[in-house]
Amino acid sequence: MGRRARPAEGSCGVKIRLHHPRRDLEISGRRRVSGILTELGLDHEAFLVIRGDALLTSDSEVGDLDEIEIRPVISGGTTDEAPCAA
Amino acid sequence: MRRHRAAYCAPHFLEFFEAQVHRAITTQRMFRPGERILVAVSGGKDSLALWEILLRRGDDATGLHVDLGIDDYSQESRERTEEFARARGARLIVVELRAEYGMDIGTLAEGSGRAPCSACGLSKRYLFNKLARDGDFTAVATGHNLDDEAAVLLGNLLHWNMDQLARQAPVLEQTHPHLVRRVKPLYRTSERESAAYALLRGIDYVIEECPHSRGARSLLHKDVLNRLEAASAGTKQAFYWGFLDRLAPVLRAGGPPPVLRPCGQCDQPTTEEVCAFCRMTARAAARQSARASSLP
Ligand code: SF4
Ligand SMILES: [Zn+2]
Repeated sequence: MGRRARPAEGSCGVKIRLHHPRRDLEISGRRRVSGILTELGLDHEAFLVIRGDALLTSDSEVGDLDEIEIRPVISGGTTDEAPCAA
Repeated sequence: MRRHRAAYCAPHFLEFFEAQVHRAITTQRMFRPGERILVAVSGGKDSLALWEILLRRGDDATGLHVDLGIDDYSQESRERTEEFARARGARLIVVELRAEYGMDIGTLAEGSGRAPCSACGLSKRYLFNKLARDGDFTAVATGHNLDDEAAVLLGNLLHWNMDQLARQAPVLEQTHPHLVRRVKPLYRTSERESAAYALLRGIDYVIEECPHSRGARSLLHKDVLNRLEAASAGTKQAFYWGFLDRLAPVLRAGGPPPVLRPCGQCDQPTTEEVCAFCRMTARAAARQSARASSLP
């Protein structure tokens, strides 16, 4: 499977937590945050990439044993006059 | 953050974000001295970030959370909101739709023939104003951000909703003695910035989405705007702020706001004899009792 994303199994790649729905993936090898988002087909503007309690920039590198979270920033839903922020 | 073509370290970002909100509040004259603010708090990133900033500024800001009764989502949202308030010693009012009106968003929507988000929006707007009046609050603050406002603007323009365009603003002034002013202090900052702020301030907010948001039109509009933003940074800001500068004043000058009067049943301001919320709950209650009496 090489560098492709696959479901987490407990080996030593980059562990990734995704949301909507909540799920975990693991990918092998070192790479940039922007590369991971592209590989997963995610819009770079619409997600935060987080390691621990730190925000990673798109040119940060992550590698084996890192655990990151890719968190969506866009909330949906809509009321008659505005999306449901309240 | 790309919009400003700058990368910030965490402390500077927090400073930048808070300064933007402060600027929104002062330039739009959102609060007057001694303002008693009711902050509508869903438990999501925007409303909790807003409440955090108001508390840090020393504003008199009480939270209002409406428990919509939407399965796990509502339970989690309420828990996060209560935890936030507890940790900061902040005052919080919780209104539970089911306890107050005997119905949740699902049964209200089904019984009234409205889409869930429409029943939800109507209920929230009604309750924000009602609870603000009941508690003598002088302003209701909501966490609508730049992305929300730009998406609404796009939707309103696509359908030429002239009434709604004329009312889209960071401050909705009191046009009737029973209508409490509404303000949106996050209108200058993006959704991404709210999320980053909440994360960096250690705010534990609800990340999972309301199940009714799936396929919402507003998400499509946000997606389109994000694509434009990716191609040309600053597009969203220019779109919404440009509207506020250029078109909104023209629309507002076009005519007076609609005449409001007290609802015959609940006394809340409305343009009709009975307000939309009372009509919706009555219809849903009638449907519920018809169903109960048809059971063997
Ligand atoms: S998605 Fe719809 S039903 Fe859910 S909270 Fe938002 S407006 Fe309400
Ligand atoms: Zn009424």
